[in-house]
Amino acid sequence: MIAPRSFADREDLLGAAMLAPALAYVLLLVGVPFALAIVLSFSNATAGSLSFGWAGFSNYAAILADPIFRRALGNTAIVTIGSQVLVVVLATAAAQVFRAAFHGKRTARFILLLPWAVPVSLAAIAWTWIFDSTFSVINWTLKVAGLLHGWLYWLGDPGLALVAIIIVQAWRIFPFATVIVLAGLASLPQDVMEAAIVDGAGFWRRLFHVELPLLLPVVAVAVLFGVVYTATDLGVVYILTGGGPANTTQVLPTLAFQRGIQGADLGQGAAIAVFLLPFLIAVAIAMLRLARHTEVGAK
Amino acid sequence: MAGVEIRHLSKRFGDLYAVNDVDLAIREGEFLVLLGPSGCGKTTLLRMIAGLERPTAGEILIGGERVDDAPPRARGIAMVFQSYALYPHRTVARNISFPLEAVGLPRSVIEQKVRWAAEMFSITRYLDRYPRQLSGGERQRVALCRALVRDPKVFLLDEPLANLDAKLRNTARDELKRFQRQIKRTTVYVTHDQVEALGLGDRIAVMDGGRVRQVGTPQEVYEEPVDTFVATFVGQPPMNLLAARDPALPPGTLLGFRPEHFLPRGHFAAGEPLRTFAFAVRRVEYLGSDRYVYGTVSDDVIDDATVIAKLPATVGTTIPEGERLEFAVPQRALRYFDGTTGARRL
Repeated sequence: MIAPRSFADREDLLGAAMLAPALAYVLLLVGVPFALAIVLSFSNATAGSLSFGWAGFSNYAAILADPIFRRALGNTAIVTIGSQVLVVVLATAAAQVFRAAFHGKRTARFILLLPWAVPVSLAAIAWTWIFDSTFSVINWTLKVAGLLHGWLYWLGDPGLALVAIIIVQAWRIFPFATVIVLAGLASLPQDVMEAAIVDGAGFWRRLFHVELPLLLPVVAVAVLFGVVYTATDLGVVYILTGGGPANTTQVLPTLAFQRGIQGADLGQGAAIAVFLLPFLIAVAIAMLRLARHTEVGAK
Repeated sequence: MAGVEIRHLSKRFGDLYAVNDVDLAIREGEFLVLLGPSGCGKTTLLRMIAGLERPTAGEILIGGERVDDAPPRARGIAMVFQSYALYPHRTVARNISFPLEAVGLPRSVIEQKVRWAAEMFSITRYLDRYPRQLSGGERQRVALCRALVRDPKVFLLDEPLANLDAKLRNTARDELKRFQRQIKRTTVYVTHDQVEALGLGDRIAVMDGGRVRQVGTPQEVYEEPVDTFVATFVGQPPMNLLAARDPALPPGTLLGFRPEHFLPRGHFAAGEPLRTFAFAVRRVEYLGSDRYVYGTVSDDVIDDATVIAKLPATVGTTIPEGERLEFAVPQRALRYFDGTTGARRL
């Protein structure tokens, strides 16, 4: 007698059964709210009311005409690009440091990873103190070092507040990017690096002509994550500046929250939140194509 | 042009001496092969000459100048790696031009040199391709090209043929040798393959355990090995070594002879001085161009020693398995070694 196939032998059924929980999770907790947000952005729904009417593109027309929205859009771009440029430079540099063997490397790596593990809200609160108008650690340090003569109102000045937000966003993504670049460095073929040394290339030439081009796919992935995390982040700006002073540091997530939840205009809030979607998709596609294009000599 | 001189060179990794007090003089324009089993220190020695590894002690001179403190780029060397180590994101042309760009030559000069080197290895067709679009043999040529284009004083080659398939290796070897003859540049070549070593080297340095056991021409190393290590490492199958209690020889002497000298008695001319053995044939291996005959010899001074005979296809004698036959070795082909130290006895 040949034993009949058990459930575990039926790869078709088993596969479907094992995928089901993940699929259900994505559909219910990501897909549904996402679809709802798109629908809401075309409606005149408000919080606290069950009326729901088709509003066409009027929400989009309204926000596009709104200077605060346009400013928030610009800020989102500035913060995202600024922080990611900072992250790429710092993470590549840090990865070079962590590649070397030194005493206390494990401890240093642990400390490096901390910002990644700290809850955003907690970290942002710590940063509000660092940027505080009276107690600012940065100001006092600069002052004692004799580098600062006036006084910097970090979160009170629109320009400085954006810089502060960029710093915090970069600080938050930096550990993750460093780990990714470090993994990328470890996977580079050792003898190609040695060939570059023998071929007479100095440190900078090796870095810019061999290492970084080979690392590009990996860096692209790190940047992609960074862009998505930063452009969609609510916590940092919300806690640090609340979008102020006078709506000058609003980014799209904070503005969407303010309009949609606090201001009860769900339709407009959703339109603001959804507005970013096509841009993020475009960035993701561009990054992934870049990564594939530069993969070791591919055409 | 320049030779390479190595004096008392050592490299220690932890407790292990990868290279242990090596002295070696490589002559100007010479093709020297570093031959040895894996872990013998040959690659470490090459990497120290290249400057990729810092010696623990000793001196390296290239063209009479101390270089062991100089960075690789200041040593006038070029290296070809076993994996070829091409830059995967650069085209063939940009791979070859890389060392020239590093020196900062003007673009027109670079282009001219790249073309010249590419013509030398007939790879001009591939200049716009990426390494991964090339076959193993083509990549190896690109790597050689990249080494050549810098016009180095010394070529360092680390098993450049090891990644080629067996079919290609013969032609690649021939090409390499012709190329070296043409440019007459000092070349240090690392391999564990004795066929490559014998075929390519003007001289061979046989290494084991971080030390150089013997330096000599292929003939010297093959025919006059200085110890049992060299005798058994060079040659395929290895030299037969038998413990002999011959009263005419000092106690503990090992008798050595190459498998191809161990032939049926009747095969030798009448006047040839021979050492004859009773050879109990166990098994015959047919290998096309040769037959390997496995068995044991024993007589009044030798107890059942396992030996291999290598009969070329031109020796047609039938060798029945399981029988005792009379085999012999010419006296001139016999070598004697010290059984405890392994050193050659004359």
